[in-house]
Amino acid sequence: MTVDERFSRDLRETLKDRPLGVRNEIVTGPVSDWAADFSHTEPEWAADPYPIQDELRQRCPIAHTERFGGGWLPTRYEDVAAVAYDTERFSSRAIIMSNFRPPREIAPIGGAPPISSDPPFHHHARKLLLPAFTKAAVARREAATRAFCHSLIDSFAGRDVVDAAHDYAQHIPMRVIADMLGFPPEDGPRFREFVENALEGVNSPPEERVARMEKLFDYLYAQIRDHVDNPRDDLTTYLINVELGGHKLSPEHVAGTMGLLLIAGVDTTWSAIGASLWHLAKTPADRARLVAEPGLLPTAMEEFLRAYAPVTMARLVKEDMRWNGVDMKADDWVLLSFPAANRDPAQFDRADEVVIDREVNRHAAFGLGIHRCVGSHLARMELRVALEVWLERIPDFGLADPAAVTWSTGQVRGPRTLPVRIG
Amino acid sequence: MKVRIDSERCQGHGRCYDLAPELFGEDDEGYGHVLGDGAVPPDGERTARLAVSNCPERAIEIL
Repeated sequence: MTVDERFSRDLRETLKDRPLGVRNEIVTGPVSDWAADFSHTEPEWAADPYPIQDELRQRCPIAHTERFGGGWLPTRYEDVAAVAYDTERFSSRAIIMSNFRPPREIAPIGGAPPISSDPPFHHHARKLLLPAFTKAAVARREAATRAFCHSLIDSFAGRDVVDAAHDYAQHIPMRVIADMLGFPPEDGPRFREFVENALEGVNSPPEERVARMEKLFDYLYAQIRDHVDNPRDDLTTYLINVELGGHKLSPEHVAGTMGLLLIAGVDTTWSAIGASLWHLAKTPADRARLVAEPGLLPTAMEEFLRAYAPVTMARLVKEDMRWNGVDMKADDWVLLSFPAANRDPAQFDRADEVVIDREVNRHAAFGLGIHRCVGSHLARMELRVALEVWLERIPDFGLADPAAVTWSTGQVRGPRTLPVRIG
Repeated sequence: MKVRIDSERCQGHGRCYDLAPELFGEDDEGYGHVLGDGAVPPDGERTARLAVSNCPERAIEIL
């Protein structure tokens, strides 16, 4: 048995040593003016953010809010791209816009490297992960993913109505990421709680958020200790053993990266699969065409990713500055809406329409610049296989109750309740 | 016709090797690279243009 003292200290002790960050007053409730008081956490935004973003792009392309301690929302592709590329003036030390700013001292590593990291550290932390997530590497998981999708559909036998988000979409990335990290497959449903707290609970009281975050890290530390005792061929053992600049990673880095892969690996793909099935359930012509022309699916899938991009990121402004006509202050949030960028008519023809055979599609669903989603090849494989298997097994389906569809709140948007009639 | 990837811009989205696998491949970290000398056969010009017009980082050039 290996003794690895990095993980023997109690996690809560480690967290206690962290410098304190800054909290602000939590403001919730109906938005008075989207240009001056926007909030991505209100039900109106969750239900349908696109008309709000389209209107802002026309009227006030860089919207502001005093909520969350102050922040900005650019809605033009050009501005979103400029922020994504400008790592000198916009920091990733926090990437979830909430009511808490972590201390500046945690840069350039951040709490969940490499997504929370800035250059130059970012490059090295990211390089450790890239080989496990290439197209060739994730292709080795395709057969198991396909078999799992079939088993989910087998479980629908005898039912006329199923929940495509709850009974299908969510389980696929949970199973895949549990396999990659080497977590017990039956733990998948527990991940939902971790995801919801990290991404949807941003306006919960801080004590509650901290307590829930500790639950996630308790889980991750238990998995790490199990892997220290029983090393195996998976990402957890890899992160425990890998070296960066001649040293093994700090325990916070190992656990932070595992937390990132778990959270970012689940809700994003779950949302992309769900939104694609939602579109097909309510658009019989597109559904019939994809059933008749399965070869069009890779092209159609990119269009679903453009039109229903699940992920919005955030940055923190580094120093006071005048930026593209607005006065940004140090530590203001910038909500980096890839969904808004993807529907900018200055960048895309027929930007507000879903065109499943769109040939020119430089969408930004996986981000732009150095923080391009490290799991994009994995997500594309899961999305393609999930849709192929569904369309092969259930070519004819429709929304059972359009009013019953619900969407997640916050920076990752996708259906969370999606009843479809399959019988 | 020849294709070239600007490795300063490429972030490994992989649209080029998805859409035109006869012209582009991925390296061990997922970044795109041009296969051979980048020469595009006459029947490959359409897919070359498709790769260019789907690269989110605008990292591919046609020479």
